[in-house]
Amino acid sequence: MTDDVSPTQSFSLDGDDLPFASGETILQAATRAGRYIPHLCWHPDFAAHGSCRICSVKVNGRVGAACTVQAAAGLEVESNTPEMNRQRKTLLQMLFVEGNHFCPSCEKSGNCLLQATAYQMGMEGPHFEEFYPNRPVDASHPDILLDFNRCILCELCVRASREADGKNIFAIGGHGMGTHLLVNSASGQLGDTAMSLDDRAAHICPVGVILPKRRGFVIPIGQRRFDLKPVSQQREGDAT
Amino acid sequence: MTPPPVYAPVPLKPRKLKLATVSLAGCFGCHMSFLDIDERLLTLLELVEFDRSPLTDIKTIGRCDIGLIEGGLCNAENVHVLREFRANCKTLIAIGACAINGGLPAQRNQRDVGQLLRDVYCAHTGTLAGSQVPNDPELPLPLNQVHPIHEVVHVDYFLPGCPPSADAIWSFLNDLLTGVTPQLGHKLMHYD
Ligand code: SF4
Ligand code: SF4
Ligand code: FES
Repeated sequence: MTDDVSPTQSFSLDGDDLPFASGETILQAATRAGRYIPHLCWHPDFAAHGSCRICSVKVNGRVGAACTVQAAAGLEVESNTPEMNRQRKTLLQMLFVEGNHFCPSCEKSGNCLLQATAYQMGMEGPHFEEFYPNRPVDASHPDILLDFNRCILCELCVRASREADGKNIFAIGGHGMGTHLLVNSASGQLGDTAMSLDDRAAHICPVGVILPKRRGFVIPIGQRRFDLKPVSQQREGDAT
Repeated sequence: MTPPPVYAPVPLKPRKLKLATVSLAGCFGCHMSFLDIDERLLTLLELVEFDRSPLTDIKTIGRCDIGLIEGGLCNAENVHVLREFRANCKTLIAIGACAINGGLPAQRNQRDVGQLLRDVYCAHTGTLAGSQVPNDPELPLPLNQVHPIHEVVHVDYFLPGCPPSADAIWSFLNDLLTGVTPQLGHKLMHYD
């Protein structure tokens, strides 16, 4: 990715001309220009993953993930349209029923990207039948707790641990409905890894799976990240 | 011949809408948040009349315009009451996290319900020796799992929050009563 933006290179996002640098994806170019395209599994510091599909946009009439489609001169991109936002709401409803998202008792509430994106898309209810998964928590680590029933399989922790921390502590295993987050230790327990609270992976989870122990509910209601401003009006950054 | 009498037109008073409310597997917190609209309740009472509700003494629900359901489904009686509400209410609203996705009571879905009952009624510290799980047919049987209400009946609107704030409830009801599709927006939309 280069930073030189040639003014002749631009595509259209919801009718506005947007300049881009060669090699950039639609989501990167939009984010740099301060334009919000909803997303969950993309983070500016890591390579795109393409699993959540929340960033889906229409590119010249066909649906693609804005985090993986490269920007190209003259593309017509539709993002903030009733049709795309309706699809995003459906995807969010699917994520909510797949996990146990009981926000009233979740210490990530107010700082959670999934929740904030659902607010943004006007998701009032779940629409689908609840799965109610039953995966035990992993409390084996002295400083970090894992609640797997809230995982959206974004792989940010996998990427952060592998690329930023060089520890390779997390992995995604299983198939289809059984796909789930794994801890890379012989016992499968986080306590048996070299995970530390200073790791990037300890702070990257956009939802309430990887949580520092004894730190829950420290921010007063009204001052949590997404209490202050909707996600569409915030800069990118770790969802802590 | 006497001319036919001329009647002055009787001014039509708009009929008050009928509102029913109920708490199923709820904590009554959504009802308390409803009451948190404070003196706006008096304004509301000019527009609606309460039917069956924990706030009235009416035992069975009549034909209603709006039904507010708090709480999810945890036992057989909840399901029965919910069906009655659906059959009688033109517009049915799931209010609060419990009615919407089961809420915190649905955390019991990770446990076996029989084991839970035995733990609480027989094994728990403080229970007398020989204590049994209550088995009188008067008591509704618990369901295997807690469910949100939309898994049993059609729900017209969801009003999220645990509980939704009084302002959210007020704004929602105002939209509904004036025929506008309720929209909460960033300030009023929350799940916690
Ligand atoms: S992870 Fe987010 S969406 Fe899930 S329960 Fe926690 S706050 Fe709610
Ligand atoms: S634990 Fe968090 S960061 Fe890791 S895959 Fe699940 S949701 Fe993503
Ligand atoms: S952000 Fe593009 S697929 Fe998740």
